[in-house]
Amino acid sequence: MTYSAASGDDFSAYLRRDGAKPATLDLLVKGARCAGCLSKIEREVARLPDVAAARMNLTSGKLCVTFAGAAADPGGVIDALSRLGYPATPYDPAKAAAAYDREGRRLVLALGVAAFGAGNAMMFSVPLWAGLFGQELGPAARTLMQWLSALIGAPCALYAGLPFFESAWRSLRVRRANMDVPISLGVILTLCISFVQTFRHGRDTYFDAAVSLLFLLLIGRWLDHRLRSRARSAAADLLALQAPAASVLGPDGRERRMPLGEVAVGDEILVRPGERAPVDGEIVQGLSNLDNALLTGETAPQAVRPGQACRAGALNLTGALHIRATARSEDSAVAAIARLVEAGAQARSRYVRLADKAAAIYVPVVHTAAALTFAGGWALGLNPLDALLRAVSVLIITCPCALGLAVPAVQITASSRLFRKRVLVKSGAALERLAEVRHVVFDKTGVLTLGRPVLAHAAPADVALAAPLARASAHPLSRALAVEDGGSEVAQSVVETPGLGIEGRINGRIARLGRADFVGAEGAPRGETELWFAMEGEAPIRFQFQDALRPDARQTIQDLRDRGLTIEILSGDLPGPVEVVAQALGVTQWRAGLSPGDKVAAIKSATETAGKVLMVGDGLNDTAALAQAHAAMAPGTALDASQNAADLVFSGEGLGAVTLAVDVARAARRRALENFGFSALYNLAAAPAAMFGLVNPFVAALAMSGSSLVVTLNALRMARVGR
Amino acid sequence: MTIILLLAPFSLLLALIGLGAFWWTVRNGQYDDPLGDAERILLSDGDEAPPVRPTPPR
Repeated sequence: MTYSAASGDDFSAYLRRDGAKPATLDLLVKGARCAGCLSKIEREVARLPDVAAARMNLTSGKLCVTFAGAAADPGGVIDALSRLGYPATPYDPAKAAAAYDREGRRLVLALGVAAFGAGNAMMFSVPLWAGLFGQELGPAARTLMQWLSALIGAPCALYAGLPFFESAWRSLRVRRANMDVPISLGVILTLCISFVQTFRHGRDTYFDAAVSLLFLLLIGRWLDHRLRSRARSAAADLLALQAPAASVLGPDGRERRMPLGEVAVGDEILVRPGERAPVDGEIVQGLSNLDNALLTGETAPQAVRPGQACRAGALNLTGALHIRATARSEDSAVAAIARLVEAGAQARSRYVRLADKAAAIYVPVVHTAAALTFAGGWALGLNPLDALLRAVSVLIITCPCALGLAVPAVQITASSRLFRKRVLVKSGAALERLAEVRHVVFDKTGVLTLGRPVLAHAAPADVALAAPLARASAHPLSRALAVEDGGSEVAQSVVETPGLGIEGRINGRIARLGRADFVGAEGAPRGETELWFAMEGEAPIRFQFQDALRPDARQTIQDLRDRGLTIEILSGDLPGPVEVVAQALGVTQWRAGLSPGDKVAAIKSATETAGKVLMVGDGLNDTAALAQAHAAMAPGTALDASQNAADLVFSGEGLGAVTLAVDVARAARRRALENFGFSALYNLAAAPAAMFGLVNPFVAALAMSGSSLVVTLNALRMARVGR
Repeated sequence: MTIILLLAPFSLLLALIGLGAFWWTVRNGQYDDPLGDAERILLSDGDEAPPVRPTPPR
């Protein structure tokens, strides 16, 4: 649901005012791609009377508008932009501030310092290494080179190593050892040994090794951070576009949509079934069940009645509720959803759990092996410094960075690849499951069709009669009916039964809107693209709707077939329309007239006969079926309830997102296995080599960071999928 | 060979200047919009205005 200034929403809540300074507004602008777009946007917006300056960031799609004074009209800016052909949404000021990437900056600075240190320490290493072959490097010159190398290498290593040292310290404080502990130990020990060698005029110092190790590791870490933050900001952008508005009821019962930030304490808000409560509040009217999974993790519905409290982010399941706001929004609903997305993006998948477990055991083993190497080497007659050097090499080369990066790198890349195509992935585990599916089940309404029904010819008097009840439901057909009527009255005591219909009181009389059998139209066929309405004691009225197929539905079905998947359509609609759609798309397996329970059973049997099932569904009807399938996708226009049960959510008019998601999931699984295998092999080969003294710290540094880089770069191959 | 006592510190100084410049560009937010900056070269109107950036939170 995007905003349009024409709907009368007031956007002044999105302005950022900072004392006496002029107000600013951040907008997310879609469709700007080139220099022409850039100059057009900036010029036209700056031309508006109350705008002082406009600056567009092409990379993130954000337009920052500075107004000339107190008089600021955000709606005018949005109108100007949509006239130019660039839909824009106001950005929440709180989120804009959070977008400032502190961590990324620190990493990039550490990377710069490490690069400087590595390059310049190398400058002094070259004569040192050259002098190893009996050339003219006398001990005095050698010590000078070593001191200069120390002068560069040590401070740079200490600064560039800060991210690792801090992480290791945080982990040790809770009595755990993460992967940064061996790295930090290795770097610090290397520096100490090298200083001792320098003081004693010894031969080998490794300042360059310490800094080069950090340089290469930081490249991997910075890439990882960039991928994560791009995924996170893409998710935030997606959420900003779906920023919910609240339906505030005026004293006369009329409904107004307004942005969350505008809701004041004491406002009465209508929350329809399938919507989330936008703010914390107390229920004043209505009986329903709430799903608080977002807040408490509990999926068991909570029955609520007037007088009980309702938290922001709670999902309303069955009946329409009137809530009196007890707190301002502070975006709690959106923040909760954002938390869900972030938690999902980090959620432990099977592979990641395996890698974590392996790393958890591995790190103590590494420390033990290093200690043994030191003790063993000393006992076997090596001088203690050489033994320590070998131990340090073991520490460095056996660090399981590659193992730890193997799967997350792939999942992050896959997720952001999908984000760029407007597909929201809720967890890495979802991608793994998606790669395993063999059979795809589509719902018809809203999935294969655009879900934008339009009321076919109907008498205005009938529409006006049914509109108050239709307005209380978020079902696409009800909405289409309500839109035809100009008023804004809402029925009272509304109860919605998913899959059947909605009942309420209009001017004191009971009315029902929904399926034919729910409304009492006995004997009439049940269709999905029609609604029946009956007022108490009167004859039922029939409303018919038209809905278009998605433009690329046929192509998508063919593409999925080409990839070896079998297709089926399961729909609750009449056999007639379903057969028409199935023939238009070339699908031979289809079933119509299914209730929600029937769909669940159909998926269960499909799992047994055809293999793991991907369900692409929409609407309150499909929630159970989505949960039953092995993997689930839902269009972004689906109601919140479906978005909960689905693993992936895609927006836009095309169905191509399904094919892309399957491709990305399969490629991700291949990459993850490659990475896993490679890092396991590497660790197995490297550890013995280091223990027997075949590697010095410098080679260890190169090998270890090389392995992390290989793993990360292999994951980046994912960016090419589906292009 | 004593020339190295002049050359080494001098090259380090140059490298430090380079590092300082890198630091400045990062802090100044010059890498925040690579796509936009690339496209702005093609625009004929002068671009003297510094980017309007939100002040970083404390």
